[in-house]
Amino acid sequence: MDILSARDVEQSFKDALKDDLVGTRIYEREVGLKKNVYTSLWVDVKRDGFRAAILHLCQLQEMPHFTVIAPADRGEAVDLLYHFSLYHGHHLKAIALAIRVTLPKSELTIPTISDIIPGAIFAERETQEMMGVQVTGIPDDRRLFLPDDFPQGVYPWRRDETGPQDMLKVLPGRQGIQHE
Amino acid sequence: MSDSIHKTTFTMPIGPIHPAIHEPIRLDLSVDGEEIVGVDVAAGQVHRGIEWIGMNRNNPVQSIYLAERVCGICSACHPFAFVQAVEQAANIDVPPRAEYIRVIVAEIERIHSHLLWAGVAGHEIGFDTLFQLVWRVREEVMDLTEYITGNRNSKAMYQIGGVRRDITADQLPTVQKTLDYYKSVFGELKKLLLDDPTVKLRTRGVGILSKENALRLCAAGPTARASGVPTDVRQDHPYSAYADLGVRAITPEVLTGTVVGDTYDRIVVRLLEVKQSVELIEQAVAEMPEGPILNEPKIAKLLAVLKKAEGEAVARTEAPRGECMHYVRMKAGEDTLDAWKIRAPTYANLISVPAMLIGGQIADVPIAFASIDPCLSCTNRAVVVNKCSGTRSELDSEQLHALSVEKTRRFHSELTGK
Repeated sequence: MDILSARDVEQSFKDALKDDLVGTRIYEREVGLKKNVYTSLWVDVKRDGFRAAILHLCQLQEMPHFTVIAPADRGEAVDLLYHFSLYHGHHLKAIALAIRVTLPKSELTIPTISDIIPGAIFAERETQEMMGVQVTGIPDDRRLFLPDDFPQGVYPWRRDETGPQDMLKVLPGRQGIQHE
Repeated sequence: MSDSIHKTTFTMPIGPIHPAIHEPIRLDLSVDGEEIVGVDVAAGQVHRGIEWIGMNRNNPVQSIYLAERVCGICSACHPFAFVQAVEQAANIDVPPRAEYIRVIVAEIERIHSHLLWAGVAGHEIGFDTLFQLVWRVREEVMDLTEYITGNRNSKAMYQIGGVRRDITADQLPTVQKTLDYYKSVFGELKKLLLDDPTVKLRTRGVGILSKENALRLCAAGPTARASGVPTDVRQDHPYSAYADLGVRAITPEVLTGTVVGDTYDRIVVRLLEVKQSVELIEQAVAEMPEGPILNEPKIAKLLAVLKKAEGEAVARTEAPRGECMHYVRMKAGEDTLDAWKIRAPTYANLISVPAMLIGGQIADVPIAFASIDPCLSCTNRAVVVNKCSGTRSELDSEQLHALSVEKTRRFHSELTGK
């Protein structure tokens, strides 16, 4: 396995995904007295190219370390950020890689990756229950953190009408949280 | 014939109330006699919605304190990751001296956490003398934490753009004294934890996680390293002063020559990491530059900068239990964070628990499950459900613990011939 620089990894994603790639960004920051560089690479892909992006990643390192899915409600759309450590196990060579898929709220589905990376199953279950994104092909679609008696159709991380606003207890003398 | 074997499989939920260790969780074990044939993990009993508060109620400086309270033990690594993510998103520089102090505090936490775990492991197998001894040794580092940060646990050292307290020159002799103490007792600790034949019998070959499984299931920290995966955020990602210190991941073959990936190997890794932490603190103290410790001491000014910030960032730290990650997105004009996601190491390591327990015995559950150092372990209460008749029988923590203790005693008496 060759260890590529962040720029080469970026280029390899461009070559592999072509039109399914939306954009990339490299962030670099010098740390410590020896000025080593911390690198994070952000790759935005379309849903159609998402699995291809994960498979391409597995070409770069046989088993990249999957960390978590970080979802964010962006109003009209939902962002899913799949965080990885690429080149883990190599001194100062790891790249913090995030693959982003932006899903319109009218169609909140994403294919599973737990057949490629089994360790992603908890994050997929969490994304389903917390963000209301349907993970197609998920081997285990039970809830993970929410209790079974939590109402259906309420997603704690959403900032729209499906969010948990109605369930909050507003203490006397405090204001409830207003979302525009 | 095979049908009748299926009928004798029992489901044994363990949990969810576990007051003895920090957090509750439920393990549903399918058991065939004494052997575990299936495991399901049910989490969420202490889901407190911390990220939601950071996204809806708190400003980022308030969220540092919230991050510190994600876990009772990891009160350095969570704020460490959080402030780094905010600094990247808002483009705030950190003075080099602060980076070194951050590392020193994080390593002190690692010593305390690993020793705490070693004591608990002793307790889980019914070796309470070991538990008391190790926790006595741990007291020294708790005193050091209090001496440096003013608190035994919630350290409140981390601030966006630096740290809140300096480690001054007149404090350094006390730091060195504590480090010398740990160097002097290391040999004895090693003898107690690794050479004791009973401990070895109870932990060797118990809860094995193969290297392949550790990679597939994305295990983190000592759990992954004990399976021979040389991954360590301090080594892999250049962050903070760790990039200067040349940290290398510790895998068990350094000491034992082989990698089994069992509970014993996890003890080896954690014990060696205590030594590594002592050395890292010494190195950091020696190389620590002079200078300011905070980029912007005035909180109001800092908050104004943070309110204008726009961007997103991800930061990782190596917590005592493994990789801890914080993702932060900031939007200009908003007091709160726009998005915040925390990934604590136990979240990753829980996925590996079924792979470790299957094929093992009920009496090995406490030590094998505790060996990932979950922020939730110790088995308090188990309900045994007979699937055929629907009858339930309950095993409480004492009974399950007694099973574990009995097994240790049996090994011990076989060894000593008494």
